[in-house]
Formats: sequence, C-alpha cells, structure tokens
Amino acid sequence: MKYVDEYRDGALAERVAAAIAAEVDPGRIYSIMEFCGGHTHAICRHGIEDMLPATVRLVHGPGCPVCVLPIGRLDMAIELARRPEVTLCTYGDMMRVPGRDRGSLMKAKAEGADIRMVYGSGDALRVARENPGREVVFFAIGFETTTPTTAVALVQAKALGLRNFSVFANHVLTPSAIQAILDSPEVTTTGSVRVDGFIGPGHVSTIIGSAPYDRFARDYRRPIVVSGFEPLDIMQSVLMLVRQLNEGRHGVENQFSRAVSHGGNAKAQALVDQVFELRDSFEWRGLGTIPDSALQIREGFADWDAERRWQLRYVPVADNKACSCAEILRGVKKPADCTIFGTVCTPENPMGSCMVSPEGSCAAYHLYGRWRDMEKRA
Amino acid sequence: MCLAIPARVVEIHADDTATVSLGGVRKQVSMALIEDPAVGEYVIVHVGYALSKLDPAEAERTLALLASLDPTEAAA
Ligand code: SF4
Repeated sequence: MKYVDEYRDGALAERVAAAIAAEVDPGRIYSIMEFCGGHTHAICRHGIEDMLPATVRLVHGPGCPVCVLPIGRLDMAIELARRPEVTLCTYGDMMRVPGRDRGSLMKAKAEGADIRMVYGSGDALRVARENPGREVVFFAIGFETTTPTTAVALVQAKALGLRNFSVFANHVLTPSAIQAILDSPEVTTTGSVRVDGFIGPGHVSTIIGSAPYDRFARDYRRPIVVSGFEPLDIMQSVLMLVRQLNEGRHGVENQFSRAVSHGGNAKAQALVDQVFELRDSFEWRGLGTIPDSALQIREGFADWDAERRWQLRYVPVADNKACSCAEILRGVKKPADCTIFGTVCTPENPMGSCMVSPEGSCAAYHLYGRWRDMEKRA
Repeated sequence: MCLAIPARVVEIHADDTATVSLGGVRKQVSMALIEDPAVGEYVIVHVGYALSKLDPAEAERTLALLASLDPTEAAA
C-alpha cells in the first residue's frame, strides 16, 4: 500500500536505530511519552522498543478516546440505549467497555436495547434517515481527529431538518490532556513519571496542526515531535527528540509533514467551531476533572443534542478497584504492573477500558505479547 | 477507532463524497473536510471521512532524509 509500505522498510529502520544508538549520550535517560494510543499500538505491533537503546524509554500516554471516557459517561449512553424509543449508534470499540455493576452496551443489547455498531457518524445519519420512526442517537467520542466528522453529521442533520437524529457528544481535547500530564504531581513533584519529550499525535494534528503545541514546548521546556504512525515515522521521531534533548532544545518539530501543517485543516476547524463550544469541565478516566478539556454542542444545534433532549445528567462512578487503568493512562504504571493483567482481565473479558480498544495499552501489550518480553528484560 | 489510513481518490461524486481505493479496496467516503479534492490525490481516511491530503513531495522528503542517515558519521 502506497504511503504505508515505504515507511515499514526493515533495512531503513535498522539504519535509524543505529543512528539513535550512536547519538544517545550513554550517561543519560531519555524518557519519551507517546501521547496517542495509535502510536502505542504501532510501537507494540512493530516491536519498536526492542530497536531502541535501553536508555531510551517510551512512556505510554492517555491518547485513547475509549480508554479516557469515564464510566459515568458510558452509563449515560447505556441509560439512553435502554429507552424504548431510542436506537443508539456507537463505535464498535465502546460495546465491551465495562460500565457500572459490570454492565455494558453489549449486555444492554443482549437484553433487548436497540444498539447498532457503526463505522462513523455518516452511518448513524443514514440509520436515522432510514428509520424515521426511531430516535437515532450517535454516541460520539474521540479527540480532534474525530470531532470534525461529528460536526459534519450535525450540520447535515440540521440542513436536512432531520428531527429524529441527535448526538451524545463526548469529544475531548488533546492539549488539555497534555497539560494535565505535565501539571500532575507525578511529573512535577514526586517524579514518578518522567517525560523529557513527546511524540505528538499525528492524526489529531492533521486537523489542529502543530501550532497548539508551541505553547507547551516553550512553557514546559519539552520538545514535541508530531509523528506519523508507521515504524519508520516513530523511529525518526525518536531520533529527532534525542537530537533536541542532546542539544538542549525544546521546539515543536513535524515529522509527519506529508499530512500535517503548522495551521492544520482550516475547513475542519471552522466546522468544529460552528457546531461545538468549550465545556466548562469534563471528567477523564485517570486524569480527573479538567476545566475546558472537552466540547459541547452549541445552542444553535440544541435540537440535535441528546444531552438536552433527554436531560441526561452526569453521575461520577468510581473505577473498579482492581483495575489500574487510571495509573496506566497517566504513565505511572505499565500494563504488566496490573495484578489482573492477562489473567482475570483479557481482551475477551475486559475489566477496564484499556483492555478493550486496540489503542489501549493493555490491549496492545496483550495482543502482541509484549509482557513476555518485559519479564525477560526484568 | 483511531485508525486512519492513506487512500487514493478514484472518483469524485456530487454529494461531497468520493470513491477511494484503500490498497485496492474501494470505499465511498465523505470529502466534507477537504478543500478541492482531485482524482489521483491521496488522502488520510478516518471513520469514513477524508481528514487531510497527503503531500507527495513531503512524503519523498521524509524518505530521502531517512535514507541519507549515516550512523557511522554520526558516531564520529
Ligand atoms: S489489565 Fe485490565 S484491569 Fe488491569 S489496568 Fe489493564 S484494563 Fe485495567
């Protein structure tokens, strides 16, 4: 596949690995956080950590939308789906995430709720048009990559006057999460999480550009390299970070220049701005309640807002005590540090959200058997 | 769900959609987020929408940069 295969060339990857090995300062640890779950997945899948010197450490970040959605928000979707008039359209990944009292969308569906897995907001819109007698709700989740696709559906629904369609919006913002990590006590005081630099989320940046990171690089003195998702992209980004750290620089660099510009996709940004506004605060799994970290539907689209239509209220629910997802999302723990990883908690029977989505650290580690390597290394 | 993959635009339709080829598999996706899409261009596709165009010159530049890496020189 063009624009994929070239960036998976094994011989080239070895050259980049050799360059990294040659350029690292042997007396120094390089602790790099990949924000995005898509990167975590690629790192596990392609065995990137095995190609890096032991002093270059990758810390997995919170950039998995399925993982960061708190149980309380999922419960709101389950509650909606149980209403007899509602057809809930959801991304397939959400189906098996455990809610309160071990409920899930999967379980609600088995019990008769009308829940359909869709590929995206466009499919949900089609379901609404084909079923005028049903209240079709799209369970929208995701970072800036997915937000504009929800915005398009809302604009189309309004233009069509499609009254039986609405959106339960749970869109969250990447810069807020990066800031929460950098301000967390683990990074600032206890030092239990060390982040020297970031591999920045490439797909998010196709939309928002690399500009929103300029502030973090400057204020927090951390280099950020916006990266593509193929193994060569990630290796090159690590090399670029190692070079910045060696030279004492902390700038924003763009490795994914084939798809990302400084300003991003202006058309998509305008659509998002037309439909969404900042939410005062939003609770994230693992990161807690963060002000201005998520979006809500604007007044002008109120008729298509499921939260308004059914007056849904958010009730926080504590995570399962045995589950370490919260610590994993903050970079404090790795999947194998969870006592039930791979035993009680598996992709077939997940106890936490990080084991459900392929972008979740636990699922990625499990899928590619990375915990065995970690035991070997230890 | 965060997966996004490069695809070639094969045919543009009137309703702001296009048929794209994802490594040979054809699929209809929305072009609502793309300014002036053209047949033959590559776009990144995510949940049924094209998110951005791929710049062939930049793609080449990245590969050229990688190919020019000389680890022996860096060690010196
Ligand atoms: S292994 Fe399962 S229970 Fe443990 S942290 Fe991961 S998702 Fe949570």
